Amino acid sequence: MATTSVMGGDVRRREDPALIKGRGVYVDDLQPTALLHVAFNRSPYAHARIKSVDTAAAEKMPGVVAVFTHEDVADLGPLVAQVPIGKLRPLLSDGEIKHAGEAIAMVVAEDRYQAQDAADAIEVDCELLPAVIDLKEAKSDTTKVHEDLDSNVIHTWTYHGYWEALGLEDQTPQVDAAMERDDAVVVSLEMTNQRLIPVAIEPRSVLAEYNSGYNRFTVHSSTQIPHALSGAIATMLGVPPSDVRVIAPEVGGGFGAKLNVYSDEVLVAFAAKKLGRPVKWTETRREAGGATVHGRGWIGTATLVGTKEGEFLGYKLEAIADMGAYSQNFTVAIPLLGLFIASGQYKMPVSWTVDCVVTHTMTTDAYRGAGRPEAIYYLERIIDAFAREIGMDPIELRKKNFWQKDEFPATMGCGFALDSGDYAAAVDKLIEVSGYQDLIKMREEARAEGRHVGIGVGSYVEVCGFGPAVLAEIGFSWAAYGLPASFNGSGLVRVNPDATVSVVIGTGPTGQGHETTWAQIVGDGLGIPIENIRVRHGDTQEHPMGIGTFGSRSLAVDGVATFNATAKVREKAAKIAAHLLEASPDDVVFEDGAAHIAGSPEKSVEWAAIAKSAYQAHTLPEGVESGLEGHAAFSPGNATWPFGTHLAVVEVDATTGDVKILKYVAVDDCGNIVNPMIVNGQVHGGITQGIGQALFEEATYDESGNLLTGSLLDYPLPTASDLPPYELSHTVTPTDVNPMGVKGIGEAATIGSPPTIVNAVVDALSPLGVKHIDMPLRPKRVWAAIQEASN
Amino acid sequence: PVNISMTVNGQEVTADVEPRTLLVHFIRENLHLTGTHVGCETGYCGACTIHFNGKPVKSCTMLAVQADGAEIGTIEGLADNGSLHPVQEGFWERHGLQCGFCTPGMIMSAAALLAENDNPTEDQIRHGIEGNLCRCTGYHNIVRAVEYAGAKVRGEEPPPPDWEGGS
Repeated sequence: MATTSVMGGDVRRREDPALIKGRGVYVDDLQPTALLHVAFNRSPYAHARIKSVDTAAAEKMPGVVAVFTHEDVADLGPLVAQVPIGKLRPLLSDGEIKHAGEAIAMVVAEDRYQAQDAADAIEVDCELLPAVIDLKEAKSDTTKVHEDLDSNVIHTWTYHGYWEALGLEDQTPQVDAAMERDDAVVVSLEMTNQRLIPVAIEPRSVLAEYNSGYNRFTVHSSTQIPHALSGAIATMLGVPPSDVRVIAPEVGGGFGAKLNVYSDEVLVAFAAKKLGRPVKWTETRREAGGATVHGRGWIGTATLVGTKEGEFLGYKLEAIADMGAYSQNFTVAIPLLGLFIASGQYKMPVSWTVDCVVTHTMTTDAYRGAGRPEAIYYLERIIDAFAREIGMDPIELRKKNFWQKDEFPATMGCGFALDSGDYAAAVDKLIEVSGYQDLIKMREEARAEGRHVGIGVGSYVEVCGFGPAVLAEIGFSWAAYGLPASFNGSGLVRVNPDATVSVVIGTGPTGQGHETTWAQIVGDGLGIPIENIRVRHGDTQEHPMGIGTFGSRSLAVDGVATFNATAKVREKAAKIAAHLLEASPDDVVFEDGAAHIAGSPEKSVEWAAIAKSAYQAHTLPEGVESGLEGHAAFSPGNATWPFGTHLAVVEVDATTGDVKILKYVAVDDCGNIVNPMIVNGQVHGGITQGIGQALFEEATYDESGNLLTGSLLDYPLPTASDLPPYELSHTVTPTDVNPMGVKGIGEAATIGSPPTIVNAVVDALSPLGVKHIDMPLRPKRVWAAIQEASN
Repeated sequence: PVNISMTVNGQEVTADVEPRTLLVHFIRENLHLTGTHVGCETGYCGACTIHFNGKPVKSCTMLAVQADGAEIGTIEGLADNGSLHPVQEGFWERHGLQCGFCTPGMIMSAAALLAENDNPTEDQIRHGIEGNLCRCTGYHNIVRAVEYAGAKVRGEEPPPPDWEGGS
């Protein structure tokens, strides 16, 4: 088994032994003594006025300890949010229900079956009100979602106006003028980027304990952001964050859905204090479907203007984004992340307007990619349609309009600068590794046989590595949670007296392999084998301030901070080793578990001796304090901007509408790579979630606001037999935003794959006259598009 | 309550349970074998997959009383005297897991698949595990992990990793 600590090595994961033996500990696995269980009574209606909530029968049921309704928690106020635009969520429904699945009452009982029985026995008398689900109807304001808001449109993002302080030029007149040119080719499509349910396979779970002697909470939660959760509970319950210890143990997937603070997390902590016993709630899959945040949910029209020679003259997007009823953590800010990459890999003027609209549905928020898959989908689909219109190869068209290698850092119209890139190199590699010319030949041969084979490509830019301190000024701020506002990364590295290393980080991984990657970073810096390195995360008591894991940020921010902290430890260790070796610290080299003098490997001292010396004053050089640890923070000057191009070959069965993916090739560039095995795993998962959006998944509400897809029986995820093996390659364009030259990979493939798949299917059906099909491309929809085109 | 007894990972177990207790809750909460997970409560995701008289079944859609007299195997009992089952080893060697939540159920399904056919094609593997959902890996490395395990079971050298620069 490869266990090298060298960066760039495909080291097997440190996380795995516990997980493959069933010994990993997730929140719902915990059963402290005297544990109580929670179940919620939730609204079946999308919009209704509550006339009464009768809990009398429920309170008398076996095992029931308490029932809480809005009156019990009204004093705590609504749930805090980072970007508090729109309506904040009441902890329990405060008189008017705004979406199906909204929590009305909380039952606490001795076991989970009794809690559920009692929750079902609560009688809620409601007056039904008209629900607004359709985005265009919501935007028209004919029916208000919240009577006390001026409009259902709670915010509008524009490319030049999202942050007035920048004084950006509105490029809309440029784009409009281009459309009037005599030689202009204008291509426009109205498209949906459908609402999705994140579906981490581990349902969310929270366990709270309160000790009235110490006045302290301990909260275990399945979260990506332990520190923010600690801050939110503390702020809402009126105690200092340091008295709310949040622990995220193993977390079974997050994908953005656990990048949030939920009312249930606050309520369970509240109940634990009130009742003086540990309290746990684990959501059911149906609750995960209807009461954990959704993602995407856009409709819009994309327009590309260019010349028939393939020069882009401007791009326009006019879209409506569904916010759901209440705003939670980032809700309204999600489209802003798309805005930053609205122009993709291309140099052209942009006019981009997204209206954020409330509806009587569950809140939308971050879901893998968060705003970026939406933005890139519109752009890459319209580029494909443009290529078809002017009869140019879609790769050639893209290449013609890329930012060129020597133009970086490239400042876009939105004011941010793409840090580094070589877009043409990635595309050239894709052409080579996919055998593009052969694929075209294969497609033509298949078509000659009457088969419907298509090739699609999608190029993306991602924005990640959050982030620059400037984000706090735009409105991304942890201040609402009683925490410092900015997005600093930090890392603490301590060599213990037994020569093991403790690395403490403030990330909140959900399967990304931080324990392995961070051990590689530290092991490489100190010359200590990774077996001796223990990486700890997800515990607010161990680490003063962590931002969590989301937005492909962890390595490029916290990883870099840990890299810098390692350098501090190495510097001090060099002094101690030099003292032991009677040499100069400048000559000390760390390698293979020991320090030696450069050029004299025989003159060495083992880490065991260095570590011991570090903690005993009499073996330390003069002026060196006992102990051996280093802490570093890192605040990047810019985000990082990874990129790549994906290619898919598909075949459509025209008689059934079934889509089969024959080949999937991805070339991604995330800068330097610490662990290629883990990076490729992230790409595999990202591609698959994108394929899920392209072909299978859709969260559907009917016109009355009933969620029709609340379980996995009606929300189809991709299965192993739906998918091809993936062929992955990388180009490496390091960034100078951080000293490791790393960028981020968690979301990239989820951004690249949806347009790639849809472009391929449309290519397959273009000989039949199909120009566009909205996702998900399920057989029925594809079949209908074929029928419509041929009639 | 109803008195039931069964063999779990080779050990005799007797208990009084409410008739409505789900088998998965019995395994997790009464026997404290928390490696078997609950992901969907509808028998769809497969995180709760166990071996029931040698066959893979989803323990979230069975009652504990239905297991009376049965022989149950869970992930905790899969390793043989501390040495990993070839499927467990394959998942580690080929990065067949990320968050690890679906992993126990996935491993139990894959182990049952290989017990029936130790040399499955890629297509047979993909169909063999289609009753288990994974949201992290895209299944690619799970398939490679099962291929690795199959080779081990057959006493052959497993194929090398297929990621770029893999070793």
